[in-house]
Amino acid sequence: MYPSMLKGPGDLFADFSRLQERLDELLGDIREPSSIRAVARQGAFPVLKVGSGQEATEIYAFAPGLDPSAIDVSVEKGLLTISGNRTTGAEDGKESREGKDEIAYARERFTGPFRRVVSLPEDADTTKVEASYRNGVLKLVVPRLEAARPRQIAVNR
Amino acid sequence: MQTQPNQAITNPAAANPVAANPSAARPEPTLMPPVDIVEDGNGITVTADLPGVDPDDLVIRVEGRSLTLEAPLRLGEADAVSFVYSEVRASRYRRSFELSGELDTGAIQAELRDGVLKLRLPKSERAKPRRIEVRAAQ
Repeated sequence: MYPSMLKGPGDLFADFSRLQERLDELLGDIREPSSIRAVARQGAFPVLKVGSGQEATEIYAFAPGLDPSAIDVSVEKGLLTISGNRTTGAEDGKESREGKDEIAYARERFTGPFRRVVSLPEDADTTKVEASYRNGVLKLVVPRLEAARPRQIAVNR
Repeated sequence: MQTQPNQAITNPAAANPVAANPSAARPEPTLMPPVDIVEDGNGITVTADLPGVDPDDLVIRVEGRSLTLEAPLRLGEADAVSFVYSEVRASRYRRSFELSGELDTGAIQAELRDGVLKLRLPKSERAKPRRIEVRAAQ
């Protein structure tokens, strides 16, 4: 639940992820492997994807149908928190909605308050986090500190 | 957003990715978007979460009674970025529904906004609920 981005390949999460992929393969789930609903069943909203680059860490939170100004993003002690409240129209009283001859056959979409936490790498420059929201995905770009970026060092003679 | 009614596809088993894509030995894993489905007197509204889908990429297909939503998931990540943690691995959404006969497939309306698709499937005129006037016998 709290992905660590401090380590490269070979860390616990990567191992676990590989194990899960291997299990998916072995179980031969050819119909719908890695279903977004399976993720939702664990209660995780928004679903996260974290990318690591030399200059920045990119965090993608799949949070469709939200007002960007209502998404709360904060950083404290190396932990980045994404929180808010999602309303889908499904929760405003069944009587009032379904009183008008409405019948709901499926209510799979997440609704209610949410909160996810990601631990940032030690070299993250938390003063320069950029957030954008496009097609229902919140993208956070956390640059690495200048000093931590890979550099070529010129050798003088 | 493209709506392709009655597009000629030889295989009707669109719900089965193996049958729909016989050339692939192993079908590409797809994400199943969560949906809300609500029916009222005039039709059915399907709301689907499709985060990361551009409206231009979404394909809604109706073949006979089967309705299929399909779209690639694009995040627009920087080239130098490699994913170190991922709760979704597939890069494509896909979900099929079987429609009932009273829905007017020619009048389906779709709107995708902030990753949420709203599909309106109206009932054909003759299938809408009606009040039948009872006249007193003379």
